[in-house]
Amino acid sequence: MPENTGEHDCSCGKGLTRRGFLSTAGATTALVAVSGRINVNVAQAAASEITSEDMAKITLDINGRQQRLLVEPRWSLLFVLRDRLGLSGTKVGCERGECGACTVLIDGRPRYACMTLAVEATGRKITTIEGLMNGEQLGQTQQAFLEEDAYQCGYCTPGQIMAAEGLLRINPDPTSEQIATGMSGNLCRCGAYPHIINAVNSAGAKKRN
Amino acid sequence: MADNQKDLYYIKDLPVPETPAAGKEPEPWDKTNIIGKRIPRVDGYERVSGTAVYPADINLPRMLYGAILRCPHPNARIRKVDISVAEKMPGIRSVLTNDNPAAKVKWQWAKGHEGPLFDPHCRFEGEAVAAVAADTPQQARDALHAILVDYEVLPFVIDERQALKSGAAKVHPDGNQVKKDSYSRGDVASGFAAASVIREHEFRTEAELHTPMELHGCVANWDGGSLTIWESSQGVYAVQSKVAATLGLPLSRVRVVGHYLGGGFGSKLQPGKYTIIAALLARQTARPVKLFLSREETFLCVGNRPPANMKIKAGVKQDGTLTALEFIATATGGAYPAGGTSILDWLVRDLYTCPNVRCETTDIFINGGPARPFRAPGHPQCSWALEQIMDELAEAIGMDPVELRLRNVPRVSQGRGGIPYTTTGLEECIRQGAEAFNWAEARQAASRMNQAGGHLKRGVGMGSCVWFVGGGGPPSTVIVKLFADGSVNLNMGASDIGTGTKTVMAMIVAEELGIKPELIQIENADTGTTQYATPSGGSKTVPTEAPTVRSATVEVKRQLLKMAAEDLNEPVDALRFDGEIVVSTRDSSKQVKITDIKQLNKRGVVIGIGYRGPNPEGKSVNPFAAQFCEVEVNTRTGEIRLLRFLGSNESGRVINRLTYDNQVFGGITMGIGMGMTEFRQFDAGQTGKLVNKNWHDYKLPTALDVPLQMTSLPIDLPDPEANNSGAKGLGEPVTIPTAAAIANAVCHATGVRITSTPLNPLQVMSSLANSRRKED
Repeated sequence: MPENTGEHDCSCGKGLTRRGFLSTAGATTALVAVSGRINVNVAQAAASEITSEDMAKITLDINGRQQRLLVEPRWSLLFVLRDRLGLSGTKVGCERGECGACTVLIDGRPRYACMTLAVEATGRKITTIEGLMNGEQLGQTQQAFLEEDAYQCGYCTPGQIMAAEGLLRINPDPTSEQIATGMSGNLCRCGAYPHIINAVNSAGAKKRN
Repeated sequence: MADNQKDLYYIKDLPVPETPAAGKEPEPWDKTNIIGKRIPRVDGYERVSGTAVYPADINLPRMLYGAILRCPHPNARIRKVDISVAEKMPGIRSVLTNDNPAAKVKWQWAKGHEGPLFDPHCRFEGEAVAAVAADTPQQARDALHAILVDYEVLPFVIDERQALKSGAAKVHPDGNQVKKDSYSRGDVASGFAAASVIREHEFRTEAELHTPMELHGCVANWDGGSLTIWESSQGVYAVQSKVAATLGLPLSRVRVVGHYLGGGFGSKLQPGKYTIIAALLARQTARPVKLFLSREETFLCVGNRPPANMKIKAGVKQDGTLTALEFIATATGGAYPAGGTSILDWLVRDLYTCPNVRCETTDIFINGGPARPFRAPGHPQCSWALEQIMDELAEAIGMDPVELRLRNVPRVSQGRGGIPYTTTGLEECIRQGAEAFNWAEARQAASRMNQAGGHLKRGVGMGSCVWFVGGGGPPSTVIVKLFADGSVNLNMGASDIGTGTKTVMAMIVAEELGIKPELIQIENADTGTTQYATPSGGSKTVPTEAPTVRSATVEVKRQLLKMAAEDLNEPVDALRFDGEIVVSTRDSSKQVKITDIKQLNKRGVVIGIGYRGPNPEGKSVNPFAAQFCEVEVNTRTGEIRLLRFLGSNESGRVINRLTYDNQVFGGITMGIGMGMTEFRQFDAGQTGKLVNKNWHDYKLPTALDVPLQMTSLPIDLPDPEANNSGAKGLGEPVTIPTAAAIANAVCHATGVRITSTPLNPLQVMSSLANSRRKED
């Protein structure tokens, strides 16, 4: 585990007004919790415009580059990566931490970007699928996924590759059972799991050589 | 030509197939050099690097985000929609409801079932009520919460088993029966009279939801009167025609692009209301609008595999001859006609030899989301019943389940009046599959182990299948362009839904021209720039497009020969391809390098157009399969561990072994989901709402739920009559017998037949407990 897990360097306590955070985060919470029921108070709270003073000024370390951003406190890391920075290799699947399509590495560990607020990710090293590339050259894990045909539609694939990358960084020579466990947080509806397990095996071998 | 381009055209020592004369179909390849190999995908780089742009990744300048407000009740009439708060909220650019003239568009669910786009009578939870477009997706969702809807909540019916009873709420005024179909051949009464053993059971399969990884949706943009849609779709032309018809636009004013899609499994064969809504929001705001559903919405309103209730009765003679099959089933496609019982009885009609068959299927309305085709519609459900009753019969007459099936392998398609199959590998699938699986020994070993006692029981089971279609057919048009340097562009309308279509087609071109598959540029799935194709589904993409691609490639060769004839001053029919040259058979000194052909260099390109020819008359083209599995059942917890699985498939010629195996494993995985983890749960007694509309409560198989030992055994049997590629479809047969094979293995392990999906610990434990109670 990263050493600094305990101390959150999160701007939510610093640059934000409490009112701004609650009014914006409130609507999101209601969205998850209430299905169809109309909550007029939430609607009215959300109706107030988010101004620049409600926005958080953050710096994210993404694939080794410092990105200075102005974000709404409720924006997920996933939204910021895809819709603000154009890093669309990280996919959106459920936005509720169930499928793993948005998996990125945060301080070397696989994390769901949909369950991470952008403001929480400050001060951490974020690696996306784009960050595994060496220029136009595929990284070893990516190359293994290509060779083993470890995907079908390919939509969950960046997330699978990031999960595999994270697994191999912690356990460079996993057994097939350990791979299946390590990859079980990433759904593949096409069912390419046998080839995915082959690919992680092969990526491990590539990295060890 | 630069040195590094020298080998562009031709792979050394690769013989090139003969070029048939104009108007003649190419002969089947007798030996192949590229086809049949394990070749990684031609678009693999894009998919693993993250550079593939899926429709959900499209981001246009000035783009807005759309969202749809959905009815929270299974049946409700809308009295009033109040958007006064929502439309004043920050970032909101448009709010559409049925009150807005711009939204006065008719949506056709099925023939005779047309209604307003925002229908004031919502007949299922998740029906569209209003829509917004906003600067950010968060603002759009906020606005949905601020729309106040006054619903008159109506009585509902959510279970098709209750829907035909008197007093059940009516989904439509004419009642809840959509239709009743029947089929019969021979005389089942005399068939049952002739049987030594008769078995009868009721089976049920729960509804299964597609939930592809990429959400359903699109980006829509207008340029004046021209609409462009980037849609996550299995068929861009199907989206184009539905959108054009719904909005009253010429086809040439609707361009649909879908280069990639993140899975569909049948649920993206057609566009949805969301497509039309995105187009309307874009027109209202004069800006591009991205409208992708939330994950929860995809559980509600973009299709399902209908649940089925099946009563099956089967008779067999002591020697294993089937004498009669009777199949009576009900199912539901939801609140609108959507094929609830579509081909639900096909396996009973067609899979095993049986002279006396009677089927009756009733499709029923409920207040649930409409079905959409789901990978082999009807088949896995029917297989669940048929394959289990076959095992019952086998046990009753003391015959091995494999042997019973082998005794009843048909040579003709009985369901089609007895016309022959072009080829059938059903027997080989069962026989070779059983052998490769070590069936007989595994069965005995499991029985021995179970007799020894203990709470862990081993079981070995199997099932086989035919798929209703899978031979493809016209129409399809494909263009192959050969550039002057010998590299190729392939232009086809078909989508690659993840099955590897692009790679398979590149291999066809490569085989025919002797060039490297990776040098083929592919342009596909765009109604503006590629040729007409039907949606990718029904296991028909390879048998439809592969022969068309081959015909187009052959046409390129014919043109090259014609051009070379001018250069060499020889008649065309005296010329043939020999690697990188065209040479005269009369005088081998007369030859020209293909990339030196004058006309090719002058024009810069040679174009070959291929059309899909008709299928053979009076014959049926079908793929076949069998699956075998071994399980371990923990009789204390009800947990089932899948130890190994083998899928043997006869889908004609194997084109790419790597993607072929992947399909087989994927189909088995999806079958494991249907058989063991997936079910749609309504709050039937109270609200009628779907309670498990997310992947936490609706379980898909993960890497931990599939056996580490999976084997794919292709029965490589090129079908020369099916089409000029010899290939049949694969995507659907791979998932049909899986659930039933697991159920048969569990029964072998425990002696208890579980008749309802899913085989999860709860179901297994309650079935075991029930059977113990009966014994007491």
